[in-house]
Amino acid sequence: MLKKEWRHFKRNRDLFVMSLPAIVYKLLLSYLPMLGLVIAFKQYRYDLGVFGSEWVGLKNFEFFFRSDTAFIVTRNTILYNLSFIVLTMVIALTLAILLNEVSRKWIKLHQTVLFLPYFLSWVVVGYVVLAFLDHKSGFINVTLGMFGEEAIKWYEQAKYWPVIIVITQLWKAVGFSTLIYYAGLLGIDSSYYEAAKIDGANKWQMIRKITIPLLTPLIVILFIVDVGKIFRADFGLFYFIPNDSSFLYGTTDVIDTYVYRSLRVVGDIGMSTAIGFYQSVVGFVLVLLANWIVKKINEDNALW
Amino acid sequence: MPTSQVAINKKAAKSFFESKQSRWSSRIINLFFCLLSILFIIPLLLVISISFTDEKTLLQSGYQLIPEKFSLAAYSLIFDSPGVLLNAYGITILVTVIGTVVGLFLTSLTAYTISRKDYRYRKIMTFFVFFTTLFSGGLVPFYIMVTQYLHLKDTIGALIVPYLLSPFFILVMKGFMDKIPLEVIESAKMDGASEWRIFFTMVIPLSLPAMVTIGLFISFQYWNDWWLGLLFIDNQNLIPLQLMLYRVMSTIEYLSNNLSSVNVSIDMTQFPSLSTRMAMAVLAAGPMMLVFPFFQKYFISGLTVGSVKG
Repeated sequence: MLKKEWRHFKRNRDLFVMSLPAIVYKLLLSYLPMLGLVIAFKQYRYDLGVFGSEWVGLKNFEFFFRSDTAFIVTRNTILYNLSFIVLTMVIALTLAILLNEVSRKWIKLHQTVLFLPYFLSWVVVGYVVLAFLDHKSGFINVTLGMFGEEAIKWYEQAKYWPVIIVITQLWKAVGFSTLIYYAGLLGIDSSYYEAAKIDGANKWQMIRKITIPLLTPLIVILFIVDVGKIFRADFGLFYFIPNDSSFLYGTTDVIDTYVYRSLRVVGDIGMSTAIGFYQSVVGFVLVLLANWIVKKINEDNALW
Repeated sequence: MPTSQVAINKKAAKSFFESKQSRWSSRIINLFFCLLSILFIIPLLLVISISFTDEKTLLQSGYQLIPEKFSLAAYSLIFDSPGVLLNAYGITILVTVIGTVVGLFLTSLTAYTISRKDYRYRKIMTFFVFFTTLFSGGLVPFYIMVTQYLHLKDTIGALIVPYLLSPFFILVMKGFMDKIPLEVIESAKMDGASEWRIFFTMVIPLSLPAMVTIGLFISFQYWNDWWLGLLFIDNQNLIPLQLMLYRVMSTIEYLSNNLSSVNVSIDMTQFPSLSTRMAMAVLAAGPMMLVFPFFQKYFISGLTVGSVKG
C-alpha cells in the first residue's frame, strides 16, 4: 500500500516539486495565521507570544459586541457589499451584452475607457473624489455656486456618503466585471445564435434563452465568491475616499476600517483578532450557505 | 461625425438582422456607450486639468474642467526638488519589477500543476490554494506573522511577499491553461522532455496572453499598493509612491482643517498647492495609465475565468 503510494509519488515528483513553492507560501502566509485566531481568546502580549499569552475566554468578543459600533460597522459592511454585488452584476451584465452589439472598432475604445478607473489606486481615486467634493474649490460646489446654491461641506455630512461611496465603487469596478462577462460572452458558440435566428428568435429572446443561461455558471461563480466576501469591505475605498473623516464614521465605517483602527491606532490586538475571526467565520458560513442554495436549484452551477 | 457614421453603418451591415430597426438600435447603443465613456473619463480630465491650472485662478474660481489659465507651475515645483518623490518612485519601481517577475513565475507554475489533469495531487492542491479565499486568519494574525515571525517589518520584502501568490490570478491562469491539450504535453514527454523543460519551452509560450494579462494585473497591484506600506513601513526611506501620495493629502487636510477652525489665516502657498497635489496624483497614476492601453488586446483572451471545479 505504502509502496504503491510511493511509486505514484515518484511518477508525480516533478509536478509536486513545481507546486512546492505555493505550498510553502500558503502555509506561511495563510494557514499558520489561521492558528493565530486563538489570539481572539487571549490577552495578547508581545513578550509572551501567541501561545504564551493568557486565556480570557470570550471577553474580546463581548467587548466588541456590547459596543454600538459592532452594529454600525456590521450593518454598513453588509449593506454596502450587497448593493455592490447587485448593482455591479446588473450593470456589468447589461453593459457586456450591449457591448457585444457595438462594432469592433468602437469596442476597443469603450473597453479602454470603462476599464481605466480600475487601474487607479484608491489613493488616486481619493484625489479624484476630492477634486469634486473639496469644500471651497471642488467641482460640485463651484457648480452649485454658479446656480446660486450654498456650498456643501461634503466631508462633514454623513448622509451623503452612501451615494458617494456606491458611485465611486461602481465607477472604479464596473469596467472590470463588464470585461469578465464580455470575455465569457465571446466564449459562447455562435452556432446557438444562428440556430435561434433560423427559428425566428429576436434579439431579446436570444439574450434571455441563450446568453443568460450560458453565462449563468460564470455569474454564479462570481456571486458565490462575492457572498463570501460580504463581511469584508474594501479597505481602500472606505479609508481613503471619506479621507478617514471621523464626522462620517456613521455611514462610512466598516468592519475592516474599524479593525485597522483598533490594531494600529488603539493597539487592541485581542479585540481586532476577535472581529477578524467573526468576519472569517460568518463569511465562510455564508459561502457554504450560498453554495448549498445554488446546489438545491441547479446542481451544475454549484462551486463544489 | 462622418467617421462614426461609417462605423455604425458597417456594423449594421454585419449585424444579425439587416433591418432598419436594428440599424437604429445599433446607433442608439453606440451613442449610449459614447456618453458613458465621456462620463467615465471626466473625473480623470478634471484632475489633469487642475494640475495644469494656475494656482491663483484655482483659489478664486475653484476647480474647473477646462483650465481658465494654463500653467505648468505645479509640475516645475515638483521637479525642482524631486528628492522625496524620486525616492518613492524608486521604491515602487523596484517593488513592482521584482514582485511582478517572481509573482508571475510562481502564479503560472502553480496554475500549471493544478491544470494538469494527470497530476495525482491536483484536487488536494486546488483545495489547498482556494480554501484560503474562503477562510483566513484575518488581519491581526497575518500582521503578527509578517512582523514577529518573518521579520519583514520595514523591509522591501514586506512590500513584495504578501502579494506573490493570489488565488484569483491562479484561477484565471488555470482557466487559460486548461485549454492546452494533454496530448501535446504527453508527446513532448515521449520525446524525453522533462517537466521543467515542458513548462518553460511549451506551456509559458502557449499561455502568452494569460501571462501578459496576469503580469500586468500583478504589476498594477504592486504599483498601486499603499496597504502593505501602511501596515508594515515606518521607515521614511522605504515609503512607496501611493502611500506618500496619501500622506501628502492627509497632512494638508489636517493642517487646513485645524488651522481654519482656530481661525488663523493661513497662507496656502506655504503648503504644496492645490494644483501641486493633483499634479502628484497625475504623476503617481500616469505611467501605468500609459502602459495599460497597449496591453488591452490580450485582455479578452487572457481573462477567461475558468471553473474552480477539479
